[in-house]
Amino acid sequence: MSNPRYIERYTPKERGNHWIVALSFILAALSGLALFHPSLFFFSSLFGGGPWARILHPFIGVVMFLFFCITMVRFWKLNRMTDADRQWMKQIKSVIMNREKDLPEIGKYNAGQKYMFWLMVVCMWVLILTGIVMWRPYFAAWFPIDINRIAVVLHALSAVVLVIGIIVHVYAAIWVKGTMRAMIRGNVSAAWAKHHHPGWHREVTGDGK
Amino acid sequence: MPSLQSLDISARSGTTTPSPSVRQTTEVAKLIDESKCIGCKACQVACMNWNDLRDDIGTNVGVYDNPSDLTPSSWTLMRFFEVEVEKDKLEWLIRKDGCMHCADPGCLKACPSPGAIVKYSNGIVDFISENCIGCGYCVTGCPFDVPRISKTDNKAYKCSLCSDRIAVGQAPACVKTCPTGAISFGSKDDMKIYAEKRAGELRERGHKGAGVYDPKGVGGTHVMYVLKHADRPELVGLPKDPSVSTMVTLWKGATKPIATALMGVAAFAGFLHYVMVGPKEVEEDKEKEEA
Repeated sequence: MSNPRYIERYTPKERGNHWIVALSFILAALSGLALFHPSLFFFSSLFGGGPWARILHPFIGVVMFLFFCITMVRFWKLNRMTDADRQWMKQIKSVIMNREKDLPEIGKYNAGQKYMFWLMVVCMWVLILTGIVMWRPYFAAWFPIDINRIAVVLHALSAVVLVIGIIVHVYAAIWVKGTMRAMIRGNVSAAWAKHHHPGWHREVTGDGK
Repeated sequence: MPSLQSLDISARSGTTTPSPSVRQTTEVAKLIDESKCIGCKACQVACMNWNDLRDDIGTNVGVYDNPSDLTPSSWTLMRFFEVEVEKDKLEWLIRKDGCMHCADPGCLKACPSPGAIVKYSNGIVDFISENCIGCGYCVTGCPFDVPRISKTDNKAYKCSLCSDRIAVGQAPACVKTCPTGAISFGSKDDMKIYAEKRAGELRERGHKGAGVYDPKGVGGTHVMYVLKHADRPELVGLPKDPSVSTMVTLWKGATKPIATALMGVAAFAGFLHYVMVGPKEVEEDKEKEEA
């Protein structure tokens, strides 16, 4: 078993958690975008009309945030930046152009994934905090109007940043073949691990080379 | 009020294309002369009468203001101010509060629901409450703290300037009922001239600060005041130089279409990258060799 064909990357609990966050993100994003720009208001029909989109959006957001917190705690330490990560970021152009020859060795996560993690952490916190300030009819009346006005701007801004971040996140999973099964089946091929995350591969297989 | 297929909509919330505006109507305005108001609240009664609204019986908060604030069913309200304008000179000021019907309405700008707020070419800003989704963005957008969201139906309500009466050539109910003539109604141009005349008379009679409140920051309003202390409108709870908050402009201005486009571009960039650069694949033979 020192050299298995597939290596476990995510446990069933991690996968379940990820997909609850992912699905609630999609629903929160669609209902939020409906109120973001008139051209996207038609998304509200998916939720049963404008008032329903308005009612459901914050509850979906809370579910997303709570489950994201589990992810956040679980993966916090794994996403600390290292010198190798900084070097990797400097060579981001090579990464994008699929030229991987002289990139520094990567552990479980590369710098792109780490930045994505921190971006999500920041966005999620901004969204939940500003979301509470905006939440009618329950909490909005507790806050002064100036705070409310700052909150709506930050909420919209962090939502756009998060949506773009998730587009990158999803595309990366499509781009790097063999990645999807990590989050669906829970494992990756040994070759995938060795190629994309050699540091992590060595760590889990105890393979010296 | 539903919009009755109006042909004179100059702006409509949550809408990016022009609204039906073939009919151009005269810009109207209501002028409230603070110096003539005796605080009888007949306007409040007329308002609830015409709009067929009855507020809940409230509680006495120790001052004449009754109810103590605007509510979903009290669209206008006499506010009473006991102020020491100068030292040892007490003045009792009364202001009829309600929607100002801004030329640049922050509520309409903020509203995400198509057609929940419209501005007619006569200047009236109307809430089409059946299209309201209850998000409260109009509250965020309003520089005068006017819209109120009902706790029972989660719809926003405010003064309609009796758009239904004006549509058939009648003056607003509050104007019609005011026993001292403190509220007048007419074309915006006429009201401006009349307001300046009244302010001039007040200045002649010793009210040095008298003037017209028609704030430019919101493009002017279709409810104007003649104030005894126009230099200090905050004495009667009016913002000195109101405008739609920079935050609201930032939130609802050019940033939104740009951000919307950016999200589309991000998705398209991914597609282009895939077809131009291609996926990262771990070669099959290498995989076999190592497995």
